[in-house]
Amino acid sequence: MLKDYFKISAREIFRRKLRSWLTLIGIFIGIAAIVSLITLGQGLQNAIEGQFEALGKDKLFIMPKGGTWGMGSSEVLTENDLETIKDVSGIKYATGMGYTYGRFEFNELIHYGFISGISPDPEDLALVGEAQTWHILEGRNLEKGDKYKAILGYSFTQTDIFEKRVEVGDKIILHNHEFKIVGFLEKIGSPPDDASAIIPLAAYEEVFDSKDELGFIIAQTQPGEDPLKVAEDTEKELRRTRNVDEGEENFDIQTPEQFAESFNVILDIVQIVLIGIAMISLLVGGIGIMNTMYTSVLQRTKEIGVMKALGARNKHIMYLFLIESGLYGLGGGILGAAIGIGFAKAAELLMAIFIGPAFLSVQIDWLLIVATLAFSFVVGCLSGIAPARKASKLNPVDSLRYE
Amino acid sequence: MKIKKNPNEKKEPVSESKFKKQKVSGDSRKHSKTIIELKDVWKTYYMGKISLNVLKGINLEINKGEFVAIIGPSGSGKSTLMNHVGILDTPTKGQVLLDNKDISKFSESDLAQYRGKKIGFIFQQFNLIPTLTALENVVLPSIFQNVPEEERTKRGQKLLNDVGLGERFNHKPTELSGGQQQRVAISRALINNPEIILADEPTGNLDSASGKQIMDTLSELHKIEKKTIILVTHDVELINYADRTIFLKDGVIEKITHNGKVHKK
Repeated sequence: MLKDYFKISAREIFRRKLRSWLTLIGIFIGIAAIVSLITLGQGLQNAIEGQFEALGKDKLFIMPKGGTWGMGSSEVLTENDLETIKDVSGIKYATGMGYTYGRFEFNELIHYGFISGISPDPEDLALVGEAQTWHILEGRNLEKGDKYKAILGYSFTQTDIFEKRVEVGDKIILHNHEFKIVGFLEKIGSPPDDASAIIPLAAYEEVFDSKDELGFIIAQTQPGEDPLKVAEDTEKELRRTRNVDEGEENFDIQTPEQFAESFNVILDIVQIVLIGIAMISLLVGGIGIMNTMYTSVLQRTKEIGVMKALGARNKHIMYLFLIESGLYGLGGGILGAAIGIGFAKAAELLMAIFIGPAFLSVQIDWLLIVATLAFSFVVGCLSGIAPARKASKLNPVDSLRYE
Repeated sequence: MKIKKNPNEKKEPVSESKFKKQKVSGDSRKHSKTIIELKDVWKTYYMGKISLNVLKGINLEINKGEFVAIIGPSGSGKSTLMNHVGILDTPTKGQVLLDNKDISKFSESDLAQYRGKKIGFIFQQFNLIPTLTALENVVLPSIFQNVPEEERTKRGQKLLNDVGLGERFNHKPTELSGGQQQRVAISRALINNPEIILADEPTGNLDSASGKQIMDTLSELHKIEKKTIILVTHDVELINYADRTIFLKDGVIEKITHNGKVHKK
């Protein structure tokens, strides 16, 4: 029997097209925002997890406490710490890196970007390359014995930084020192990384006057070892050699999994905030439905009276109006979900064009869609409760007389 | 007492005088046939501190199969009386009995259910639901009675066929003439096979030809289908269709006539 009420309610929605559209807009903006945010958020989460997956789970990152990748911290790591880490059982190999923000000069233009200092020993290069997912696009990698040689990120092969592209063999000034370009990296996908430079650690220490100061250390665990367990042992060793108490460490050890987790936590917070804002818009949409329904009750007072005269119980009138408001919600939900997915797909496309393909892959989560539609129907129904109650309680005599 | 062209007629004034004197009917002779009974019905409307007695102690019995016209000028309480006869409203004082059941004991919702089953309404403004087709309008009251779809559709089609609208099942009210709309409304009033048809100025919005057609239909329903017809009107010409006419003025029954003849003033 409910089917009949759905039919009558749907007819009513189609009767007043403009008003119905306006009501739907209120809902579908909120739903579109929620669907696109969740879909994009999931895509981003997958992308981040994928990136950390690529790092390999057997890596440990050790850095001074309080900074980001060794920058901005008053603490430093030293060669001594590197040796300590290398000696921890379960560690296969470890290498230290410098990492800072610096000035690039080329073609009489200035650019600021990240500069990494790494040891050009093959073992070190291999570990860093693997951990940072670096691949040589053009030219060659750093080699043992290189000093004022540099590898640049992918963006320098384009013209947007220095108005002309940098070629292998060109000279570039990094922090007032001249470096010869030996190679370029493939596109990484993060704009700051793609606009950075890599130089030998020895040159880095001279240029930035940072002898025996390592920005961070990358360590690789032995196959079969639990990285978390090794991380614990490393922490214990470093505490001993750096002479600090537990809980007072002036360094941090993180595994890719922990990184992924902390990124996800941030992403979750951002998502929750954004979805919260979208919920507000949905609330406004719900109030829009309520408003529409009150108007509808008023305009159809006579019809309600007629139906009551024809034997409609209060609950029948209630059904009619609740279903109508629910359908507004559902209609807004369907439109909103479609627009939200379209929006997420557009964002994926834009990412692919501007950052690189396969960085962000948007998956349509049908469970999310179904849940969203159910949710929007419920929002519609909830918005309709008060107007529907009003309608159902109308006195048949007065309603019949209403013009 | 379906058709009162019988010798009994002469005896009627006896009971009529009882109405006039507004005494509670204790006449058991009529009970089996009485379908609606109003006992000393008062209706008072309150507007702030002013109270207005619209019905002032109405006593009325309507018998099964009777064609009763209620006539009166505007402001006579005619509409209010119709609302009580149609159990749309409950009295301030007094009793309304439908099938000997006191309707004041019913909740509003149960009253609706009972009304939908017992009484078919026909309105001056037709009052069809504009978004629904003719057939959907006709079957609407049976949706409220939970009649299965197949059954009600079949019945609705038959009713529309009977009033000559077999070709217009899927027309919306706006696509129908006034007379056609009123015929849809009559079909709608009949869908639940009620014992009583309550028609409120059914010809008020129609030209005389369509109006006559509607009155003839009501008359047939009375004579052939043995329905109880209650016609509310201010059109004196229509009372010729009725077995009995109740003249209402200022909230009291002024007189009652049988087949146009005044029996008591």
